[in-house]
Amino acid sequence: MELGDFLKGATEIGKAMGVTLKHLRQKPVTVEFPYEEIPIYPRFRGRHELRRYANGLERCIGCSLCEAACPTEAIYVEAAENDAEAPLSPGERYAKVYEVNLLRCVFCGDCEEACPTEAIVLGHDFAMANYERKDFVLTKEQLLNPGMPKVIIRPE
Amino acid sequence: MDWLQVLVFPAIRALILIFVLLTGFAYLTWYERKLLARFQVRYGPNRAGKFGLLQPAADAVKAFFKEEIIPNHVDKPVYLLAPALALVPALIIWAVIPIAKGTPAIADVNIGFLWILAVAGIESYGIILAGWSSNNNYSLLGALRSSAQMVSYELPLGLFLVSILILAGSFSLVDLVESSRQWWEWIWLWLAFPFFFICILAETNRSPFDLPETENELVAGFQTEYGGMKFALFFIAEYVNMISMSAIMATLFFGGWRGPFAEQYIWLGPIYLFIKVVVLLFLFIWVRASIGRPRYDQLMKFCWQFMLPLGLVYVSISAVLAVFLK
Repeated sequence: MELGDFLKGATEIGKAMGVTLKHLRQKPVTVEFPYEEIPIYPRFRGRHELRRYANGLERCIGCSLCEAACPTEAIYVEAAENDAEAPLSPGERYAKVYEVNLLRCVFCGDCEEACPTEAIVLGHDFAMANYERKDFVLTKEQLLNPGMPKVIIRPE
Repeated sequence: MDWLQVLVFPAIRALILIFVLLTGFAYLTWYERKLLARFQVRYGPNRAGKFGLLQPAADAVKAFFKEEIIPNHVDKPVYLLAPALALVPALIIWAVIPIAKGTPAIADVNIGFLWILAVAGIESYGIILAGWSSNNNYSLLGALRSSAQMVSYELPLGLFLVSILILAGSFSLVDLVESSRQWWEWIWLWLAFPFFFICILAETNRSPFDLPETENELVAGFQTEYGGMKFALFFIAEYVNMISMSAIMATLFFGGWRGPFAEQYIWLGPIYLFIKVVVLLFLFIWVRASIGRPRYDQLMKFCWQFMLPLGLVYVSISAVLAVFLK
């Protein structure tokens, strides 16, 4: 082994150790998730939500287009006629049953695309772990009242 | 009262020493994981207790309650003996290290250097026997690498130890720390420190010389067939070895227990030694975080073609210096 090689190797090792030392002084980039908010892009596709109009009427008119568009058959819609006195949605019909099976859903967003009234959207909630299989089927109640996920929407 | 001096006190000291070393091991794993994490810009363990300080306890409980699995194809007595053989030298090497003024950890045997060399020599047996008795190709390859590596690096290590010995003029580590050195001696010693440290890295199988247990080609090497507490014993051996070697380096190169006021207040000695050991352990982990693993032939070439000649030159010059300047 020549002296030049040795000196070169030694300086390289010195440089490598300098790099790690520089990183040691840095604050960790880890986001401690359950205790901290996590940055998410605005178009992030998380848990489904059913939206309402400003006057409180449900946007969903029970047309079942989302069910048809769903590639994994995760959505089940059962429509019913609106009561003319107290309508739940502005159209003739509304969704009596609206279920999303999260175990099947692939979060592709095709339901959003298919919806004519922009009733179903994919929100920002991604922490959907659960203990029971039946809890993974979101009912209409859960879809209409989404929780507030701990996220920061960051600019795209 | 003689038997009290000969048997009881050393036994108590040994027990205290083992307790301290094993606690040190537990927190060394925490220290390493935490430091490595910070080197990689993460937090490291921080769930169990404050700053993850209870993590070692959790790991210990886990290791104790793991199912003891002994594969059918192993050589059972040797297989069970190997982890103990790996751990014991790491612990007993401490016997001669001075921890305070005039106080070695167990005994001032005035052959301290020989003790270190001898114990370092039998350290590789645990690993070789583990690989052999596992009856597994990967384990055997890991063990073979380990034996070749340890035997090779013991030569330059021994040469550097001999140089220090020549300069100190005494086999006893207690005397070595207490005898005063001239300024040129310190500089000459510190010149050898990087090379000594490289030998120690190879000797303790630490990264970047952790070739006996390379995960990517040998599936953890000699430890492949071990699980539960038997695996943990190898782990303890490696880490206690790190502590012991750090203590030896602190003693040889940085004055061991010496520090301000350590002469008057004896209890300061262990504290200074502890600080020096922690700093040296930081160096171990820093190297692990920074440097990639060399190829096996590079490792051997580096030893035989560079470290060994360098060691010989160093011994010769040390001898000349000792004759003419002391």
